[in-house]
Amino acid sequence: MDDFDRPILSVNHLSKQFGPGCIHCSSGQSDSLIKNYCPTCGTVYACRDISFDLYPGEVFGIVGESGSGKSTLMQCLYFDQEVTEGEALIASYKNGEANIFEESSQQKRYIRNHQLGKVYQNPILGLRMGFSSIGNIAEKLIAAGGRNVGAMEARGRELLEHVNIPIRRMKEPPKNFSGGMQQRVQIAKALSNNPPILLLDEVTTGLDLSVQANVLDLIKKLQRELNISMIIVSHDLGVIRMLADRTMVMLDGKVIEYGLTDQILEDPQHRYTQQLVHSLL
Amino acid sequence: MEPILSIHNLSKSFMLHNLDKHIKAIDRVDFELQEGEFVGITGKSGSGKSTILKSIYRTYVINEGSIWYISKRFGRMNLAEASEREMVYLRKHEIGYVSQFLNAMPRTTARELVEQAIVEMGNGEDFAKQEAEHMLAHFELDEYLWDSYPATFSGGEKLRLNIARAMVKHPRLLLLDEPTASLDNASKIKVRELLEQLMREGTTMLGIFHDLEFMKNLCHREYNMQNGIFSAI
Repeated sequence: MDDFDRPILSVNHLSKQFGPGCIHCSSGQSDSLIKNYCPTCGTVYACRDISFDLYPGEVFGIVGESGSGKSTLMQCLYFDQEVTEGEALIASYKNGEANIFEESSQQKRYIRNHQLGKVYQNPILGLRMGFSSIGNIAEKLIAAGGRNVGAMEARGRELLEHVNIPIRRMKEPPKNFSGGMQQRVQIAKALSNNPPILLLDEVTTGLDLSVQANVLDLIKKLQRELNISMIIVSHDLGVIRMLADRTMVMLDGKVIEYGLTDQILEDPQHRYTQQLVHSLL
Repeated sequence: MEPILSIHNLSKSFMLHNLDKHIKAIDRVDFELQEGEFVGITGKSGSGKSTILKSIYRTYVINEGSIWYISKRFGRMNLAEASEREMVYLRKHEIGYVSQFLNAMPRTTARELVEQAIVEMGNGEDFAKQEAEHMLAHFELDEYLWDSYPATFSGGEKLRLNIARAMVKHPRLLLLDEPTASLDNASKIKVRELLEQLMREGTTMLGIFHDLEFMKNLCHREYNMQNGIFSAI
């Protein structure tokens, strides 16, 4: 068929372990593991054989309790962590034929700056809190090869305006801003090079309700206007329900369920997902 | 002619892990819908009527059986085995679902809600604006409500908006889950007019109605659901 079936991002059999592994835990397959932890050698199997596809313009949700491996997965995709095994293909990079995890560090930097944008739960990880806000955006533009100061400033203004940061405050550092504003600066920075894929890791966690709503509305608006593909990680089912068409549920480093979001919420199959859904409200 | 929807041996039960219990909702349901047909389902609450609709819409994962649907885009396909990606497409373009509850996006106005449904199908913003206003006016939703949040609406207003949102897409197959449950007579007549209009346009519809009076002279055929067993009337 046409491009309908062609994912923008394809992740296949991704695994990430912290620790050497031993004969007892045999690469995370053994029953002797306590959740995803090997009591003998202390290895944690954070992500175990994870596969999924992300399609152009879609919002894909990942839910799961703390420690289920959601953030590790996102870190692997953004090269914050090195994967133990697996591949990821991006359709807009080398025609989707190169495993991005096996590219040179120079190429990885290119992918990070041109193909991906990431927003962290903790703004300290995504921003330089002491630099000006517009400087934070310029940093990503420079990393992607931008050299024209005038053009970069214009782009920075445009982005900050887009995420509702008043232009008169663009020279202020994010440390002066509220949590919601910091998230919005992070989103502006992540969008600066028009990446086809945006990774959002618990972006509303820890914000008060009205600020949360404000950030969620912004994400929704961006998705509609820019038709950008997004992976949204959250333990908040409400956030997933509002934004994602399809959802994957993780537990102890494994994917236990995939489905349409309303199906996950109304007819969850796995014991854990049922428990999670019943915890809602 | 090949039916647009043919359901064979459809069974659905729910495994409730916390109670360690299996609950059977529908058992070996068989029926067909020809293109342009309007088929009604009656039955007591809890008899499994909604389960059929939700299985077609894939909100529920079925245990057994097949749901063959003829899609404009994909041709003949089994909805029970379609990819999620295909289902997302079908929901945006071909299969509509109206329930008695409005699952409105928070902080989205009535007008935006209808407009988004039109834009989702690949239409331009200007066209969407025009169509949305047309549809909201048709349902006699007071104009001052258009730009307010549906969370503040009355039950009847919410429902009318819900139907407007599904109808504006002119779906190929429309699933109606008690769409008139909480409406007053004037609103019911409005809904009926719209359903009749959709019928004239050739929309195939499968609907659950409590209101037998409403169903009379509207549906081509009726089925009754009793304890998960489905039978023609």
